[in-house]
Amino acid sequence: MKLSELDAVALGEKIKAGECSVLEAATSVLEQIDKQEKALNCYISYDIDKVLERAKEVQQKIADGIYTGKLAGVPVAIKDNMCTKGIKTTCASKILYNFVPTYSATAVELLEQAGAVIIGKTNMDEFAMGSTSETSAFGVTKNPWNAEHVPGGSSGGSAAAVAAQEAWYALGSDTGGSIRQPAGYCGVVGMKPTYGAVSRYGLIAYGSSLDQIGPITKSVRDCAAVMEILTKKDHKDSTSVEIEETDYTKALVNDVKNLKIGIPKDYFTSGLSPQVKEAVLKAAKQLEEQGAIIEEFDLGLVEYAIPAYYTIATAEASSNLERFDGIKYGYRAEEFDGLHQMYKKTRRDGFGAEVKRRIMLGSFVLSSGYYDAYYLKALKVKAKIKKAFDHAFEKYDVILGPVAPTTAPKIGDSLKDPIKMYLGDIYTISANLAGLPGICLPCGKDEQGLPIGLQLLGNCFEEKKLIQVAYTYECIRGAFELPNADRSGNGKTI
Amino acid sequence: MAKQYETVIGLEVHVELATKTKIFCGCSTEFGGEPNTHTCPVCTGMPGSLPVLNKKVVEYAVSVGLATNCTITRFSKFDRKNYFYPDNAQNYQISQLYLPICRDGFIEIETAGGTKKIRIHEIHMEEDAGKLIHDEWENCSLVDYNRSGVPLIEIVSEPDMSSGEEVVAYLEKLRLMIQYLGASDCKLQEGSMRADVNLSVREVGCPTFGTRTEMKNLNSFKAITRAIESERARQIELIEDGKTVTQETRRWDDNKEYSYAMRSKEDAMDYRYFPDPDLVPIALSDEYVETIRSQIPELRSEKIERYKKDYDIPDYDIDMITQSKHMADLFEATTAICKNPKKVSNWLMVEMMRLLKDKGLETEQIRISPENFAKLIQLTEDKTINSSVAKEVFEKMFDENIDPVSYVKEHGLMTVQDEGALKETVEQVIKDNPQSVADFKAGKDKAITFLVGQTMRIMKGKADPVATNQMLRDLLSKL
Repeated sequence: MKLSELDAVALGEKIKAGECSVLEAATSVLEQIDKQEKALNCYISYDIDKVLERAKEVQQKIADGIYTGKLAGVPVAIKDNMCTKGIKTTCASKILYNFVPTYSATAVELLEQAGAVIIGKTNMDEFAMGSTSETSAFGVTKNPWNAEHVPGGSSGGSAAAVAAQEAWYALGSDTGGSIRQPAGYCGVVGMKPTYGAVSRYGLIAYGSSLDQIGPITKSVRDCAAVMEILTKKDHKDSTSVEIEETDYTKALVNDVKNLKIGIPKDYFTSGLSPQVKEAVLKAAKQLEEQGAIIEEFDLGLVEYAIPAYYTIATAEASSNLERFDGIKYGYRAEEFDGLHQMYKKTRRDGFGAEVKRRIMLGSFVLSSGYYDAYYLKALKVKAKIKKAFDHAFEKYDVILGPVAPTTAPKIGDSLKDPIKMYLGDIYTISANLAGLPGICLPCGKDEQGLPIGLQLLGNCFEEKKLIQVAYTYECIRGAFELPNADRSGNGKTI
Repeated sequence: MAKQYETVIGLEVHVELATKTKIFCGCSTEFGGEPNTHTCPVCTGMPGSLPVLNKKVVEYAVSVGLATNCTITRFSKFDRKNYFYPDNAQNYQISQLYLPICRDGFIEIETAGGTKKIRIHEIHMEEDAGKLIHDEWENCSLVDYNRSGVPLIEIVSEPDMSSGEEVVAYLEKLRLMIQYLGASDCKLQEGSMRADVNLSVREVGCPTFGTRTEMKNLNSFKAITRAIESERARQIELIEDGKTVTQETRRWDDNKEYSYAMRSKEDAMDYRYFPDPDLVPIALSDEYVETIRSQIPELRSEKIERYKKDYDIPDYDIDMITQSKHMADLFEATTAICKNPKKVSNWLMVEMMRLLKDKGLETEQIRISPENFAKLIQLTEDKTINSSVAKEVFEKMFDENIDPVSYVKEHGLMTVQDEGALKETVEQVIKDNPQSVADFKAGKDKAITFLVGQTMRIMKGKADPVATNQMLRDLLSKL
């Protein structure tokens, strides 16, 4: 088996056993990148020299007994909306095209303290606003399964990098499904932790009350290993929460006997592709065969989730993105007459169309006279959705459904109709509104050979139940082989 | 008959809190410092940075709220006030709109007209902005974020004041109270206390308010008084001329004693306030509020009562000394060392007040330490120096807080205790001034003053004037 085909935990074991050096791992991933990047565009930036240098340093620190964790020495890809000290962090936007942070995000620091080698920064939708990675100012990322399709978004670069074996694992961020949906489109595992479980410090905010950082991995056990590193209370993030027991590996139990799994009927309506529906229900059936109790139920309020989400997320975004003004860092318009014109020109030219659309939407819903009618109402809906889930979790351990209505759409199809694109988030955004953890893993392929994502949602801070059910399903399903470089794009031009 | 007008005034007072670190990060709040040295990713609005509330800010805000009889909001939140300006690193200010920390309070003020209750609408917490420096030579503007994130409270009164006198009384009362609480030093010049005046006029008896204006840039009590007079006159003139007052924000120029419009209500910004999702709500328990209440230090009225009981000094002195927490602290600390409240009070009332007035300084700027102050009193008590030397030394202490003992020693200012030397000089003076001697003998007692002066002159001021006077009388009587 090639190194690149191992999962992160397996590579970590090999490094620990001295069967493979960190430098070999780094070199192998750089080769993979070299072979495919032109075709796939998973990364916005990576620095070969820095990777090799860091690999040597990590090897030494492993030898010195400083890095002892499971993932020490394993190369990782970071979504380009997380600050990395001394490494350009763009949010896939022209407005931050040259921004080099003076500090690292807490999640990045935690990985580095665990001995991670950062390969580079992955492509994404600009400021995480999009579901396809097409709104990036640095070109679209292609789906490694078929380069005519999108990898999903907004963490499309991270999901594609893991699927294309250009990284053993990656960090993504999820505001309305941005980890889970691309993981689904790319046939990898993606987890959005409970709001507050992972520090947001250093994550360039989109919708602050919804954003969470989480892992994108090849296997459920990798997901557990990364979660163990990431879940730590951070005094720099007021919304960060102390979690007592963070041994997620313990939850890797192949057993779902008597676990109650609810299937929301509302998720299986007309908008859902029949192939996705079939694959997801088959997965439920397989879990049932292992002793899980599967039950359909009415979740309710599903139709209100999208308008509530796009009201709250854009309102927060309109404020969060105000700091990008050309004064302190990033892009500044070259010619202008006075302060106000500088602001206007900088933001007009620095932001892409989708970002501007959401800033305008968000500014509108916060405007005096509209605040009560839109923003406050959306907050009320959010509270009701949370209640609906609380109610459901009184009955069920886990909620099972599809991650998206379809498999990955073709490049260019989604941006033509933003409303349609927004509606594609229907199954993922509720978890963000209610602060719940969710995991997505592949449960089959459609007739085009594109992966289908199975989503499991849990109650707050019940990541372990998700990991247990996901792991059990993974055991039932068996290996889900990733497309290798030669198969990328099914032999079509990439 | 000319119409009678009354003025309606409400104040918005910003007070910089005396925390060591900023409201949402660990940077120092120290005034001054090289530009952008007291900064970090949080207070410079770096992407990805997050605010974390400094608990001390809540403590101070609650203590001011309790001292001003406010209701403390048990579940309060921060909101973002969105507006673009370069001194505002995130282009939103973290403030409180919907659920401010304190509401519905009042304080009582004393003026010539008697006691009056001024209601407080609310007190909220917020962050200060950075400072813009316009470089005319380079034709550019620079931003210093040292002040960005310094904690403020804004105390908003109801429109309950009707004159400059009342406004000054209200501000003095607030200032003293907050100084006594230790929540701020409240220096108007340095901007740690800033007041915006909302003012309207109406005909006496009119049930509705007139259109108000908001006056900014008021840096002293005098400026506030002048601005109120000027704005009242301006509004009355507009009304008398049949024109209307425009609701607007005006900026006071105290040098020109004139205000000009900054922006009118029409260009008022929509701040798009909404709860800051990066901060968790502040939930305060009864225990918390009671703990803060129990920690409130002695306020002025209590201090006055205690002084009356403990120190044998005039009520007038007590009133003057307690008008400044700094002065009262100095009084108490010095008295504790020298056990002579009367002397300490005398020095403060006479020399200290004179020097403050002459040099145009605030009591907060007094630098004399209690230790040195007590030493000086000791020097006069044991007659090591005479009173005129003592005054000279006191001024030196006022300027530089020098140690009076070493200063007196270094400069040889001790009173000459050598009777022989004094006698020799006095005899010489009698010999050299026959006319004055004759005048004295003829019954002009005042002539002795001249002779004392001559003696002091020759002895370079180091003679004890009482001893000199006595010796002159002794020797003259023997002539």
